[in-house]
Amino acid sequence: MRWNRKDLLGIEPLSAEEINHLLNTAFSFREISTRPIKKVPALRGKTIVNLFFEPSTRTRTSFELAGKRLSADILNITVSASSVVKGETLIDTAANLEALKIDMIIMRHSASGAPHFLASHTKASIINAGDGWHEHPTQALLDMLTIKDKLGRIEDVKVAIIGDLLHSRVGRSNIWALTKLGADVRVCAPRTLIPSSLEKLGVKVYWDVGEAIRDADVIYLLRIQLERQKANYFPSIREYARLFGIDREKLRRARKDAIIMHPGPINRDVELASDVADSQNSVILEQVTNGLAVRMAALYLCSGGDIESEDTY
Amino acid sequence: MKILIKGGRVVNPQAPASRLEPKSAEPALDAIMDVLIEDSTIIKIGKNISDANARRVDADGMVVAPGFIDMHTHLREPGREDEETIESGSRSGVKGGYCALAPMANTEPVADNVEVINFLNAQAEKYAWTHIYPVGSVTRGLKGETITEIGEFKEAGVVALSDDGRPVTNSRIFMLALQYAGMFNLPVISHCEDVHLTEGGCMNEGLNSTILGLPGMPAAAEEVMVARDIALARWTGGRVHVAHVSCANTVELVRRAKFEGVNVTAETAPHYFSLTDDAVKTYDTNAKMNPPLRTAEDVEAVRQGLRDGTIDAIATDHAPHTHVEKQVAFIEAPFGVIGLETCLPLVITKLVDEGVLTLPEAIAKLTLGPARILGLSMGKIETGARADITVFDPASEYKIDVNTFECKCRNSPFNGWRLKGKAVHVIVAGQPRLLDGRLVG
Ligand SMILES: [Zn+2]
Repeated sequence: MRWNRKDLLGIEPLSAEEINHLLNTAFSFREISTRPIKKVPALRGKTIVNLFFEPSTRTRTSFELAGKRLSADILNITVSASSVVKGETLIDTAANLEALKIDMIIMRHSASGAPHFLASHTKASIINAGDGWHEHPTQALLDMLTIKDKLGRIEDVKVAIIGDLLHSRVGRSNIWALTKLGADVRVCAPRTLIPSSLEKLGVKVYWDVGEAIRDADVIYLLRIQLERQKANYFPSIREYARLFGIDREKLRRARKDAIIMHPGPINRDVELASDVADSQNSVILEQVTNGLAVRMAALYLCSGGDIESEDTY
Repeated sequence: MKILIKGGRVVNPQAPASRLEPKSAEPALDAIMDVLIEDSTIIKIGKNISDANARRVDADGMVVAPGFIDMHTHLREPGREDEETIESGSRSGVKGGYCALAPMANTEPVADNVEVINFLNAQAEKYAWTHIYPVGSVTRGLKGETITEIGEFKEAGVVALSDDGRPVTNSRIFMLALQYAGMFNLPVISHCEDVHLTEGGCMNEGLNSTILGLPGMPAAAEEVMVARDIALARWTGGRVHVAHVSCANTVELVRRAKFEGVNVTAETAPHYFSLTDDAVKTYDTNAKMNPPLRTAEDVEAVRQGLRDGTIDAIATDHAPHTHVEKQVAFIEAPFGVIGLETCLPLVITKLVDEGVLTLPEAIAKLTLGPARILGLSMGKIETGARADITVFDPASEYKIDVNTFECKCRNSPFNGWRLKGKAVHVIVAGQPRLLDGRLVG
């Protein structure tokens, strides 16, 4: 197939075919990073702006490096997260960037839908690098790449996503990607951190971690923001770690070769025991490596430079 | 001055049924008639009236109804004249078929003292195109702490009390307000929302808020407050009017309370019977209102509530916001949509054409229903009544274009919709304000 989208705003609008196309493209790009000269001219002459309204060193660095490996010029703009960003300001920013003939904007924003707003007001391609609680598509794609690597498939893989699903864009994007690709998805969190009607997205909801990870192939931990406790979503960090944190003991319920995933950064010994995070089962650092390949693929495809992908991967 | 309205279908709506019945009674009058007006009064209704001295207004193929009353409008004056004024809002009202508007009290300053009410009356006298019946606040500064001088309000012409925009959170204060307002037979209009349950929320809580990653406002937040208000109305015997009913459980609570004889009335707004929260899916801030758009089941329940008489009135909750204010991320946008110029076509298209209400029933929701609640001697076309008349074409189909609106703001989710029904002539106290779809002043 060919990629026909200007923007990558989320996983929800994508078909399984499109997701696979992104993964196939990422797979072919991954090899570039193993070369002695880690650079190809695919996006030579293109200008990309990293427009971050929310700090994130990891994602920003990954996108920046992805652009550089494809020979694009990358500009980093970090906007103070404290100031309320008005739509007019956002449109002005986009207009100014367009006047400078940029081709693509990678956007991170604390408000759900902000990249959609920008995408409808600019000709540049918009890549969503995380918007509010809504979506973080490249994170889900790198997770899919990692699962495919480790387990050889996504269809029928049993995945347990554990943690704050209410406030998690990573959780939402992963649910879309996994269900579209045919995985068996279970989610688990305190009842207060499960958003309404989540089961309608095709997932099973559990309060009991042991049940959720029974025979699981993948255990995906979401980061717990410690301030949620102050807002009374759960009574204490201690109780959260006891009931929902994954340690050696709980891990016994899963398959022996189950992989442990986390979008990082980890709260050690809260959602994930330190020894499990550093164990053989953990693929957390491979997720980071795959992030680079997936972002190269996203930049490349949305810039319009598609190639027929090999569907062998 | 004499005006003769010729050849229209004159509909004089019947009083809403006192007990809830599946269908309300036949209208008092529904026939092709002529209406003769002299000065501010209807002097004759009949067939083949002729009067050589009267200005002739053609109503062939049109409906001649009592002037519409919007019991829930935000005119923004004083304080936010950039969003709307009494003049622009009432021009918009006339264009939409309205003869009377009841502006809410949450202006800047708040209509919480008689000086602001007198200012409104004076501005209305000078600039309004319709009758203006002010709503005073329930508590000072909308703070929910001290009740206002309701007796003085009554003398100044206030027709209802409301802290709309927010609820009176303190149940004791709300109870006292009901008791005190009861002495003056004024209804207390309640914005039903448990603010602890909606804190931070910006749309209906449900599948769509989950998908969009937006903080939700559960329907239960409305239900909880409606249940409280009904309990207090029952206890005090005061008159509670539930504003902008948006969800199924509210309809059911009001229905049951009416059966029990509790003194409660209710209104809804066109967006609650026309749209679901699917309208938010594109993060369109024009679909952001409070209460939020809900689910298809809620929309169905609201329609059913209109049909069986649980919901007495249709109000617009006209809430203008400037383009700049709405051009922000969804979560940061202000709540509210304009509604004066889209209400009639939505009522015709979504309620009458879809068989939810008969045309006379629909007219009653826009006229006699609100008149009864506010204690106005309007809502009827009868000899001797004040000549507040709306003539509309129920059949003309056209595309909604917000850029043609008279109101100052453009925040409508209905822009571009194809709808039926348009006001053609509006006569306010015997004065033509709209003729052949054009404002005349
Ligand atoms: Zn309200």
